[in-house]
Amino acid sequence: MSAIAVEKMAAAYDGAPVLDGISFEVPPGTSVCVLGPNGGGKTTLFRVLLGELEPVAGRVEVSGRPAYVAQTDRTRLDFPVTALDVALMGTLAGGRWWLPPRRADREAARAALERVGLAGEADVRFGELSGGQRQRALLARALVQDAAVLLLDEPLSGVDPASETQIERVFAELRESGRTLLVASHDVESARSYDLVLCLNRRQVGFGHPAATLDRETLQATYGHELIVLEGGRAVTVQHHEHGHSHEVGD
Amino acid sequence: MEVIDFLVDPLRSGIDRRALLELAMVGSLCGALGFWIVTERLAYGAESLSHGLLPGLVLAALAGAPLLLGAAGGALVAAALIAFASRDPRVGADTGTAIAVTGLVGLGALLALAPDAPQRLEELLFGDPLGVTDGDLVAAALLLVLGGTALAALHRPLTAVAFDPAGAAAAGTRPGLTRLVLLILLAAAVAVAVQGLGALLVLAVLIGPPVAVRSRAASPARAMVAGAAVAVVASVVGMEVSFHAHTAAGASVALALCAAAALGGALRQSPRAARGRARPRSRRRGPSLPAR
Repeated sequence: MSAIAVEKMAAAYDGAPVLDGISFEVPPGTSVCVLGPNGGGKTTLFRVLLGELEPVAGRVEVSGRPAYVAQTDRTRLDFPVTALDVALMGTLAGGRWWLPPRRADREAARAALERVGLAGEADVRFGELSGGQRQRALLARALVQDAAVLLLDEPLSGVDPASETQIERVFAELRESGRTLLVASHDVESARSYDLVLCLNRRQVGFGHPAATLDRETLQATYGHELIVLEGGRAVTVQHHEHGHSHEVGD
Repeated sequence: MEVIDFLVDPLRSGIDRRALLELAMVGSLCGALGFWIVTERLAYGAESLSHGLLPGLVLAALAGAPLLLGAAGGALVAAALIAFASRDPRVGADTGTAIAVTGLVGLGALLALAPDAPQRLEELLFGDPLGVTDGDLVAAALLLVLGGTALAALHRPLTAVAFDPAGAAAAGTRPGLTRLVLLILLAAAVAVAVQGLGALLVLAVLIGPPVAVRSRAASPARAMVAGAAVAVVASVVGMEVSFHAHTAAGASVALALCAAAALGGALRQSPRAARGRARPRSRRRGPSLPAR
């Protein structure tokens, strides 16, 4: 049985199509890198998988309620919550939302913070954590939720090397324990280390093992004019977001 | 002893004691609720609702019906009209809301200034805590108990939704429903609080306390408790000023609440917190997973 099954799915905002012709299946315990330019439909796909956006066509099945790790800039940094409070939010998935957290909930939240290396920062306000620590706190919230499927939206953006190592270690543990990871990313090079890669540009450009999928044609169709082929066969994708970055990709 | 006498003097009057009790009960709930109103950026909506219910208040006064009934009906009509007007993409949400609210206030004034209308426009606009009835006190007590219970029960979903709506939804909360309950609480609080502070001044008790305490609060729960305390203290200060300076009670309390907000807003936050807020995103890159 698949952890995620999507068949001929289409999504739209106020009637304007954003995604069309999306069909893929992800077995349990698999990591999938979702590649695509800004506006290519990565976040829309996540919204559909979360059940937040109803697809206008097709079928979508997800094993259980997925956990979601947002980009840290989608959270309120001026909101007075600690890292422990954030991790505790994951216990809402267990119901009892109208009652204060139990001791077992607090223990689970502290264990999750320890797992992501934030045991010492449990009582630090979220807005005062570094970018990497914030991302780890959000990951701890997803760990507490104990979902079979995790959706992660650019989880290593703004992350320091220590946090990156810690997060990658947790990812590996999750895969070993049979969890399914869908990771939206702009980094084509790192996508090669995933089990599967899904390329989106308002439609499904490619899906499969990275070695077979990430060829020049697929990357051209995914990124269009954002893909620059350099001398020697290497290629660079240029992402036009707020700070402007480029990522080198092998070819 | 003279100072104590000076402070206790207003309480020697039964009228002032009742006014203070009303303001303390309403302030306790609104000071706590206000934290979520400010956090969810609903201050403009709260102002629109409180101003827009004026026709309901005036009609209740004309009919001799309880003002609470008129306020509740007025709030419902105002909410529906504002929702309708703000959906027109040709003018935009803010402009549509402004037109709807101005129209409702104009309609309220028109009704209140009719030749055969009772002389109560001033009271409806600026409130009269000294004129609270037993019914008003019962309504305030009910608001405090039921509203307080709702806020306590909703505390965890409200916290999760305010922090990260998408993450909260993934964890099983329903952000839309949570915000709807918050709006219903807001409408109920405005309908009750408008008895004491009037349609124009009621916003002070919802917005003043959270603004005074929010930047220094360590948690949402502490911000709510501190907001309630500020609302009660400002109500006492306002009533003291009103008694000794012979100023309008509702306006004095509203000014005391605004003074508390100004004082709280003037206090700077810790530099560390400010740094945390201002830290930009430094880079974007995807993870590289170890090969299986």
